[in-house]
Amino acid sequence: MLIGLHHYLIVAAILFTIGVFGIFVNRKNVIIILMCVELILLAVNINFVAFSTHMEPVAGADPIAGQIFALFILTVAAAEAAVGLAILVVYFRNRGNIAVENIDLMKG
Amino acid sequence: MLIAITFYLMAFTAIASAFMVVASRNPVHSVLFLILTFFSAAGLFILMGAEFIALLLVMVYVGAVAVLFLFVVMMLDVDFVELKQGFLQYIGIGATVALILLAEMIMVGAAYFMGETKTVVPADPNTSNLEAFGDVLYTQYAGAFEAAGLILLVALIGAVVLTLRERKGVRTQDAVKQMSRTREDGVELIDIEPGQGLR
Repeated sequence: MLIGLHHYLIVAAILFTIGVFGIFVNRKNVIIILMCVELILLAVNINFVAFSTHMEPVAGADPIAGQIFALFILTVAAAEAAVGLAILVVYFRNRGNIAVENIDLMKG
Repeated sequence: MLIAITFYLMAFTAIASAFMVVASRNPVHSVLFLILTFFSAAGLFILMGAEFIALLLVMVYVGAVAVLFLFVVMMLDVDFVELKQGFLQYIGIGATVALILLAEMIMVGAAYFMGETKTVVPADPNTSNLEAFGDVLYTQYAGAFEAAGLILLVALIGAVVLTLRERKGVRTQDAVKQMSRTREDGVELIDIEPGQGLR
């Protein structure tokens, strides 16, 4: 049996869904929410690479571009994790917990 | 056949460990499951023929991001049992939103690919994935590549600025203060009368 593009897309869709689900159910722990964001970005990356490797080469469009964008998403994800965790450390230092529910001081 | 078995193994591992990231009671276990998810995703990438991204995923995520997560999880002294309370409170709405999202995505995909059985387009055997990558990354996408480096620099400086703090009551070396000290600040000459001692 052949593994086609849609197989990879379904895996990516499930991973994305798990990430969104994780953001909904974890109301106390910001670390898990950051990890769920990483999962969502991974799902996006799988989509990019799957489309890139299954694309038929046409004139004026290089299939490798999808993988280049996956590289940039990796960069942004790493930067986001670093800054997010730094904010988390500062928040923990000031408040003594990392519950999401308590981050409502500005009542936005 | 072997490719199909490998794919299902990788996909199942990735999905199961991604679910364990969300459901695990201990955040340390969550981070370890996240590492497993990224390893499996790297396997999927290799299966697709994108070796460079696969290796990059292992290096960046397992080597840097996951270690950062582990470091923070272990550094913050949080009551992890308390953290999981309220998990069931939101599971209804969370599951509803997740299922709707998944159904929508799969329906869109199924409608688009109905009846098509596409397989991997074999890459040009004469050029490796890495070679094809390097061909365009430093030419066509050079500007974006520089911008990515700039983003990393900003994140680096931002993380340092955010977590840096001046502790009160700790004696640390202050170079400016040290250098701007004059003789008059530090030395006092006193004439002591014989037989009287110091005041």
